[in-house]
Amino acid sequence: MSIAIYIAVMAGVTYLIRMIPFAFFRQKITSKFLRSFLYYIPYAVLSAMTIPAIFYSTGNMVTAIAGTVMALVLAYFDLPLIVVALAASVTAFVTGLFL
Amino acid sequence: MKQSAFLKGLLHGIPIGLGYLSVSFGFGILAVKSGLSALEASLISLTNLTSAGQAAGVEVIAAGGTLLEMALVQLTINIRYALMALSLSQKLDQSFTLPHRLLAAYGITDEIFGVCAAQEKKLRPTYMYGIISISTAGWVTGTFLGAAAGELLPAAVSAALGIMLYGMFIAIVVPPARKQRSVLCVVLAAAALSIACKCLLPGLSGGFAVILCAVAASVLGALLFPREEEDA
Repeated sequence: MSIAIYIAVMAGVTYLIRMIPFAFFRQKITSKFLRSFLYYIPYAVLSAMTIPAIFYSTGNMVTAIAGTVMALVLAYFDLPLIVVALAASVTAFVTGLFL
Repeated sequence: MKQSAFLKGLLHGIPIGLGYLSVSFGFGILAVKSGLSALEASLISLTNLTSAGQAAGVEVIAAGGTLLEMALVQLTINIRYALMALSLSQKLDQSFTLPHRLLAAYGITDEIFGVCAAQEKKLRPTYMYGIISISTAGWVTGTFLGAAAGELLPAAVSAALGIMLYGMFIAIVVPPARKQRSVLCVVLAAAALSIACKCLLPGLSGGFAVILCAVAASVLGALLFPREEEDA
């Protein structure tokens, strides 16, 4: 089968999943439960994606933990996203130099 | 004003774009190993803009699976985007007309959603276009480089870049978790469930595990800490 058809199906399904709720859901959600749920879901998604995957993200758990700790500390003090993200990378890289 | 929203989006998209650049590098390598050309791999990245779904899709192609299987795999792994799209649909600016919605829907990824959801103001189309354009540029470029050039970066550098996206997630989650006990509980519950999934159900696909843990933690949060006031 042509790879182009596979790609078209992949892209089509993925787009529709995103587009249908985004484009056609207009009314305000009134259910307190649902509104609370939707408020919490982004934080829960990011947390579940990060832990434990972050510990395997550099291929070495020691450098990954060093980067994680740095990110946690800087994020606690409300530093900008790019600063926290770069500092985590640099910390992991520098820690790796000493191993 | 429109220009500045776009610019703000671009700036907020820099860590995502850089993170995608390194993550998609790996996807490019994987795709070529599975028999795709660099052009096909880049086309997949451009049209799908999702990591787990693309990796699974390449497996289906390599195994010569059916189109129905491809559709079901994408549906299962990417259904979380429907939740995110629903959540974002609640905080769109009035200027977000249907054509804008049709266009911006393309760019709802975990990371872009996370950054958009964390914005205190209503979302403008131009802001989302800013984030999406730089993220997509990083995603497609990384895929192409990974596929075409193989190992481009020294291993130590690409390894260290691997943590960048997660560092950004931490930067998004920690400040609200510090200020609201409810968010802290949800975040800790999601992390604990995620570790449990990894240890107890290693066969579970990554995308599916994330949605399972996130939904469970958020239901818990909604039951224990229902939110009183309407968000801005």
